[in-house]
Amino acid sequence: MNSSSGKSYMSTASSSVLWKAGGDVVADQFPAGLRVLLVDDDPTCLMILEKMLKACQYNVTKCNRAETALSMLRENRNGFDIVISDVHMPDMDGFKLLEHIGLEMDLPVIMMSADDGKNVVMKGVTHGACDYLIKPVRIEALKNIWQHVVRKRKNEWKDFEQSGSVEEGDRQPKQSEDADYSSSANEGNWKSSKRRKDDEDENDERDDTSTLKKPRVVWSVELHQQFVAAVNQLGIEKAVPKKILELMNVPGLTRENVASHLQKYRLYLRRLSGVSQHPSNLNNSFMNPQDATFGPLDLQALAATGQLPAQSLATLQAAGLGRSTAKSGIPMPLIDQRNIFSFENPKLRFGEVQQHVNNNKQTNLLHGIPTTMEPKQLAGLHHTAQSVGNMNMPVLSHSSQSSQNNPLLMQMAQPQARGQMLNDSTVGLAPRLLSPRGQSMLSNGMATNVSTRIGVPENIRAPSYNPVSQTSSMLNFPMNHTSELPGNSFPLVSTPGISSLAPKVAFQEDVNSEIKGSVGFMPSYDIFNDLNQHKPQNWELQNVGMMFNSSQHSNSLQGNLDHTQSVLVQQGFLSGQNRNSTVISKAMFSAGDCSGHVNAQNSNQHLNSLLDNTVRVKSERVADAAPANLYPDHFGQEDLMSALLKQVGSFFSLYDTDGDIILLILTSKFPIFLQQDIIAPAENNDFDFDGYSIDNIPV
Amino acid sequence: MELVQIQRRLVDYTKSLFMEGFLDAQFLQLQQLQDDSNPDFVFEVVSLFFEDSEKLLNELTIALDQPNVDFKKLDSHVHQLKGSSSSIGAQRVKNACIAFRNYCDVQNIEGCLTCLQQVKQECYLVKNKFETLFRLEQQIMASGGSVPTIELGF
Repeated sequence: MNSSSGKSYMSTASSSVLWKAGGDVVADQFPAGLRVLLVDDDPTCLMILEKMLKACQYNVTKCNRAETALSMLRENRNGFDIVISDVHMPDMDGFKLLEHIGLEMDLPVIMMSADDGKNVVMKGVTHGACDYLIKPVRIEALKNIWQHVVRKRKNEWKDFEQSGSVEEGDRQPKQSEDADYSSSANEGNWKSSKRRKDDEDENDERDDTSTLKKPRVVWSVELHQQFVAAVNQLGIEKAVPKKILELMNVPGLTRENVASHLQKYRLYLRRLSGVSQHPSNLNNSFMNPQDATFGPLDLQALAATGQLPAQSLATLQAAGLGRSTAKSGIPMPLIDQRNIFSFENPKLRFGEVQQHVNNNKQTNLLHGIPTTMEPKQLAGLHHTAQSVGNMNMPVLSHSSQSSQNNPLLMQMAQPQARGQMLNDSTVGLAPRLLSPRGQSMLSNGMATNVSTRIGVPENIRAPSYNPVSQTSSMLNFPMNHTSELPGNSFPLVSTPGISSLAPKVAFQEDVNSEIKGSVGFMPSYDIFNDLNQHKPQNWELQNVGMMFNSSQHSNSLQGNLDHTQSVLVQQGFLSGQNRNSTVISKAMFSAGDCSGHVNAQNSNQHLNSLLDNTVRVKSERVADAAPANLYPDHFGQEDLMSALLKQVGSFFSLYDTDGDIILLILTSKFPIFLQQDIIAPAENNDFDFDGYSIDNIPV
Repeated sequence: MELVQIQRRLVDYTKSLFMEGFLDAQFLQLQQLQDDSNPDFVFEVVSLFFEDSEKLLNELTIALDQPNVDFKKLDSHVHQLKGSSSSIGAQRVKNACIAFRNYCDVQNIEGCLTCLQQVKQECYLVKNKFETLFRLEQQIMASGGSVPTIELGF
């Protein structure tokens, strides 16, 4: 059998014979004919190395650019056995090339450089190079590179060989195929090879290939995306090959394939996260001193949680809205939320966000928070919270941001697409609404499950949110931009009751990325309605920095966009003093079922844009509704709470500038508003969540 | 001159180049690569080196001439020069490059300028040496003889 098909491992027939015989017997001619791809931008070295490799009887292909090499490899995945690459190249870093090759083609790669510093060599190791040669390279060093090929193959073939003799050749593939597909290695191998070769008739080849070269799983872009989706769904911490494999549900893929790919992916992420640590913008943004004055609003926390179950509400109420309990006494979850959202909005400009989302691969902040989950991901969401997440409510900081709404809403979707699904647990964002003092509002009692890591970054800059901008961000979401998101602060809705918000009191600290909060509202709530009704508590409306109504649809995520109700965070209205329209306008939500309008518009003052829902929060309205003093300080959190509680939970998610979801706050039926406003608008911010009008949010 | 004499001259000359540090063992590797199928291999590689190095030296000169010297770029070029010079065995050039890189690391422009001069000088010198070497070889070949292989005792 020899290389009848172009895919045989060895171009020389003779070598295949030995390979056939079984793996570890080195053919007479092997390693002769080893197909080496040489990449080096230095023409002198290239020439010398080529000559040397040829002297070793290898089959050499040289190129002086990494891009060329990659495309060659992609075009002819099975055309090479090993790659030798220089580290320093003008068009692409050698290590990057190494990563690509590892991820896509899984070929052994040898790095070389004139640089023999320990760090560089270590880099080679961590990036997965199978060897590192120091220039000037001697021919002796090249004589042995075939060992890397054999080693790799051997490891891959181990199972295969065990399952059946390699000699069987032709039948072997078939057998393995017929065999229980649970046999991972074999199956994977065969399947992959099978996948690559469409017809069964290529047994010979397959045989050759298997013996010579294990069929590699080609990690196409699509496959990789599925992989990433699965990983995100599970949460990077929890992603185990087995589960990923299950989620991916790709026939022929073995657990081992996934395992090795996962390893590489983890390395890649680690590298990225090391590089891309955001300088805590989130923190800054959150606290943007801009007007945000958020009153400590426990309720917000509640709201944030979106999923606040009735019991939680009770708790909340009991907790006295946290206000008192709140650390600072003025938790302003809502406000924060508002901010969060608001900034999110700005960030999320539709267009931008989408792009961001799409482009941003890295942090999936909200693992599992399906704010914008892709359908696939959504599928995985199991929390209602998640669904909430979908509703991207554009929390718009009032006034100026009208445009933001939409983006928010929409965006939410996008970012999610990035696979940032908040991990399951996080879905319930427990907004850590932290009062300016850093106390988590939720902890006040609201402990909504929502842990929102809200890094209200500068996005929320809306100055309009003065009242809201209290720094007491209600949501003190640790905005960790990194993947840790999932882990942390989302206590997820699953926490029934109001669990105190996450300990992260100051999300500011956590915030390390800009977060665009997107608020998703679950449809069918009409907070506004309720609010409106609460005349006496008009503050409700006003308070609501963000009102989310989200029914706790567990899976509304998917449809969220439809439902997304733009939520305008209303900021400022909370403050009794201010009941200015701004406050109210901030949050626009389209309560009720949003049928597809994701467009959160928000004119600052009028919520209505969003949805057809009845509940429109209009700033003016709210203001009007509210009696002269919306909230007296004591406004009655209870009142607020109840108002809130009535609402369907909603959620909002924050996205960072890149469009990654940072935080998903699930709120249950109650509007989120900043207590601060209600209480004392003046407080200001530790966090600067202010109601940023979307427009103002600097991106 | 007789063939034998020329051959002897070649051997001595080559040895002296090693002694003086112009060439190192890597050059021998190159020589070993040369064979009948590729009789001009060494010549080709060395020529390629000088072509390439000239470009690099130009780039280095330009880079150091900038008001804001980009040390990263500088370092990258020097690194490459170091790699290629070491690959052909041009030891002194390589050493000059190493010194050059050290100055780049500390961003010492004066030092870099000095090193650049040195590298250029070394390149020039070794180029001449090679030219002499090749000439001798050619003479030998022209006389029908074969180029003796150098056996280095060290």
